[in-house]
Amino acid sequence: MRRRFGKADAIFIGALAVLCLLVFLLFFLPWRDASGWVVVTRDGEVIGRYRLDGDQTVEITDVSGKVSNVLVIADGRADMTEADCPDKLCVHQRAIRRAGENLVCLPNRVVVTVEGGKEDELDGIAQ
Amino acid sequence: MGSRSRKTAVIGMYIAVAMICSYIESLIPFYFGIPGVKLGLANLAVLLAMYTLGTGPAFVVSVSRIVLTGFLFGNAFSILYSLAGGLLSFVVMWLLLRTKKLGAVSVSAAGGISHNIGQILVAAAIVENYRILYYIPVLLAAGLITGLLIGILAQELLARFPFRMNGED
Repeated sequence: MRRRFGKADAIFIGALAVLCLLVFLLFFLPWRDASGWVVVTRDGEVIGRYRLDGDQTVEITDVSGKVSNVLVIADGRADMTEADCPDKLCVHQRAIRRAGENLVCLPNRVVVTVEGGKEDELDGIAQ
Repeated sequence: MGSRSRKTAVIGMYIAVAMICSYIESLIPFYFGIPGVKLGLANLAVLLAMYTLGTGPAFVVSVSRIVLTGFLFGNAFSILYSLAGGLLSFVVMWLLLRTKKLGAVSVSAAGGISHNIGQILVAAAIVENYRILYYIPVLLAAGLITGLLIGILAQELLARFPFRMNGED
């Protein structure tokens, strides 16, 4: 009666899988645009400015000079990797890379923002 | 029993099976680690209806199941989302079936992907937040995988179960 899984099916499904993979790459890889800046503020005061395209580890200190948060800038994105607060919300946040994105550590009143560089295209449409 | 009334009864059975599948899925979510991703068991009934009864009856099964389960377990919006996915995937599966070159696994995989595309497009239009389009890659992959699973199920059922085909009586 009906043919079961054949060569055409293998090719077709392979093509679908490749398509999915391409869409994945399209969405997640290419905008490694790292021309922006990472701005670190504490109590609303700018305490540091770092290039997004330079890989480095930044130790953010509190008023007394004790290290409260550790920010890692690598691969064009900034990620909070350590915090001395109990909830660690900023550590759990996704790494940021586009202008306007931020990481917030409320207990230490630290805000890390990306400035300049490439805007978020999808938001651009939404506006 | 006349072939016409038999067909009506069989369509009714398929709708019932599809609704049960939706219900089972809402009871035991086959969780894939991503919110909103479902196995799509109900599509198994639609696929089988497509193969054994034909396009028209399968369409009735698909739309009836969406509207009925929507009224029973969902709301107007869930019907809208489901219809968007259901209709798009139905058209895609119907076109692929018509080529007569592909088996149930391929048809179902394409159906799963197009179902998720239809849903995300409607969701983006309703919520007016294009940020959810970031979900597209994940949903495509999820549609492919769940579609493949359902397709394999359908293929094995079609091969092993003595379905009476359209027209036979």
